[in-house]
Amino acid sequence: MRINLRHMRDNQVGTIASVKVAGEMGRRIRDMGLVPGTEIKIQGRAPLYDPVALRVMGATLTLRNNEADYIEVEVE
Amino acid sequence: MAPTVALAGNPNSGKTTLFNELTGSRQHVGNYPGVTVEKKEGTYVRTHDGFRLHIVDLPGTYSLTAYSLEEVVARDFLVNHKPEVVINIVDASNLERNLYLAVQFLEMGVPICIALNMVDVAEKRGIKINTNKLATLLGVPVVPTVARIGRGKTELMDSAAQIIQMRRELTPLKISYGSDIDQALSEMEKEIETHHFLTDTYRARWIALKYLENDEQILARGKAVNPQLARRLEAAVQKVSHHLQNTLDTYPEAMIADQRYGYIKSILKQGVIHHKYDRNRLYSSDRIDKVVTNRFLGPLIMLAVIAGLYQFTFTYSELPVGWLEGFFGWLGSGLSAILPEGLLRSLIVSGIVDGVGGVLGFVPLIMFMFFGIAILEDSGYLARVAFMLDRIFRIFGLHGSSVMAFIVSGGIAGGCAVPGVMATRTLKSPRERLATLLTVPFMNCGAKLPVFALLIATFFAKYEAAIMFLITLGAWAGALLVAKLLRITIIKGAATPFVMELPPYRMPTFKGLAIHTWERTWHYIRKAGTVILGLSIVLWAMMTFPGLPDSKVQEFETLRRAEISRAPAGIAAELKAVRDGAELSGPARNLKERLRRVDAAQAEAGLRHSAAGRIGGALEVVSKWAGFDWRTNIALVGGFAAKEVVVSTLGTAYSLGEVDPEETGSLSETLARDPHWSPLMAVGLIVFTMFYSPCFVSVICISREAGSWKWGVFAMAFNTLLAFILAVLIFQIGSAFGLWVK
Repeated sequence: MRINLRHMRDNQVGTIASVKVAGEMGRRIRDMGLVPGTEIKIQGRAPLYDPVALRVMGATLTLRNNEADYIEVEVE
Repeated sequence: MAPTVALAGNPNSGKTTLFNELTGSRQHVGNYPGVTVEKKEGTYVRTHDGFRLHIVDLPGTYSLTAYSLEEVVARDFLVNHKPEVVINIVDASNLERNLYLAVQFLEMGVPICIALNMVDVAEKRGIKINTNKLATLLGVPVVPTVARIGRGKTELMDSAAQIIQMRRELTPLKISYGSDIDQALSEMEKEIETHHFLTDTYRARWIALKYLENDEQILARGKAVNPQLARRLEAAVQKVSHHLQNTLDTYPEAMIADQRYGYIKSILKQGVIHHKYDRNRLYSSDRIDKVVTNRFLGPLIMLAVIAGLYQFTFTYSELPVGWLEGFFGWLGSGLSAILPEGLLRSLIVSGIVDGVGGVLGFVPLIMFMFFGIAILEDSGYLARVAFMLDRIFRIFGLHGSSVMAFIVSGGIAGGCAVPGVMATRTLKSPRERLATLLTVPFMNCGAKLPVFALLIATFFAKYEAAIMFLITLGAWAGALLVAKLLRITIIKGAATPFVMELPPYRMPTFKGLAIHTWERTWHYIRKAGTVILGLSIVLWAMMTFPGLPDSKVQEFETLRRAEISRAPAGIAAELKAVRDGAELSGPARNLKERLRRVDAAQAEAGLRHSAAGRIGGALEVVSKWAGFDWRTNIALVGGFAAKEVVVSTLGTAYSLGEVDPEETGSLSETLARDPHWSPLMAVGLIVFTMFYSPCFVSVICISREAGSWKWGVFAMAFNTLLAFILAVLIFQIGSAFGLWVK
């Protein structure tokens, strides 16, 4: 099932299916290793539920929710 | 000259640690021309034969695109200075993501050598890396290191030296980015070759690649050199882009990034890396995060840490600040005793000694603040603060990391805007950084407190705590709202993407902290010090010249003589002979007080006559709208030197002589009695003091940090205008409704 990264639950695991944004935002997202085929796990959210922290290839990244909106994830 | 080695790598890969380890104390920090990105250079000397290498620490980047200032700087350095070798520091526990930058160096055809850093951490995490295999597959030397303890340092530098000696021409790495892009790439490459389009600086294939990646810097250069060809190349990119969007629903730049990661994956899969555990396994760092960024505990811990930083900076620096003040006080009075009374003494004591003292007085504060922040930064906690607070600060167009600068500037009343302005260096997003820089001076620094204390004690003594609290809230509200205003007007632009890494918690090394602290402090002394000294002399001159005409001085002299002759015989002699602190007889005390009043009256007349006094008088035309008279105006002009000067200048203007900002009893009584003053005017003055022009030390720091004098001037003009509008509104509306009258 494909869902938006914003809607993933804490500790949920998935594989990035697509990153649909160009320009600076897209570049930053990809530079950090968030490309299709990468496995991610939701590590947690900030006290105000935004930004979100993800586990990617053994490191922890943070994204704002409106940035996470560009990322579609394949989950079980 | 020694060959140049550039250090490059992702932020948090241990690059700075390695740089410090290699160069030790043989380093210095400057700026890259025209930008505020720090440039660190140093020398490495090989112990056994004295072989030297010039080492440049490039800013930490994840990529070599042209989006952030750091990336542009790093790339320009590689292209313009052509370092003999680039050492790419790669975090072994994070190999896959870190190699993304390495691949881009290879595509560029830059001679690199990989330092596989933190192999100890990787091992602990059950990650095994076959170094030889990695080196063979990438075609570059790979040296395992642990920068923190200097392991692998010699092998790494030997390997770098070898690359320099071989001078082998490197063939750039060619990755397949998919048939559509590959085809476009080779066609564009040919065109670029035949027209020698930018090829004296870059390689043809790389230029074509950057066109496909929509790289703003290269596009702009291309347009400037050969507009026709640039247009053709852009059209070619457009075509592929359309095609990719129609067929695969993706962009060329996304495709290129995907293929780079694909290339890295294919290398790692050939037995280079072996994970013993699941990669999503939680490490101690993650367990700490479970508590530290917890929904309830997180904010509490953060408050405690911020309060701790504040305590640390302002409490522990009190002692050295006291020493410095004591020293400059001693120097001033010593020089006063030696030098004959007159302009020279006044210049040296009030202009130069006080000016230098003013500059150096901030040094302990800045050192403590940077030391505290360095601990938070190096340990990884600062990134968590940004993570937790981003949601709030984003509303105002700022970044989660802005909070530190606000706190240090006086977010908890009593900070200082100078270290606050400098604390914005930890912010990486340029627009958010500028907005933070320009609004931190609204916070209530320690120097504004005596002004508030005086006015509150005089007019609102019963509500002291409540009013101080309101003032603090007002400063935050003002700063955040102005930040928002700036971000939707002159610093317009979308929020810089927040995407960032939460680095694992690490124990900071003392060496790292010390170097960090010292280089930033030194930067302040060197850059700000000279200008501040000059300006403090200007301010001194404004409050001294033109002096009172001789006839006036004579009048005061006559008054003094009259007082002495009126006193009973022998009293004047007693006053002269007595030493400080000794008991005086009643009549002598009386005479002393009378003489002091004459001195004070002369000082008032002198101040009124000086350039500053005239400005204060002239400003009455406008300032009367806010209810300020010339005395308040001069005090506020004086407050530009340092906000606490408002109090002492008011003292002089009210003929009280020198008023100690800590001891304002008599000034308070005078103001309470003065018919011109009312609680309403006090409220207006408090608001004006909160918001008007930052003191000139802050203005200079703002100009330096923002990279242009324009911003310093803007801060002075805009803040003063804003403060004035607020003060006028308060005074006029208050007067109309008869609020807070006497």
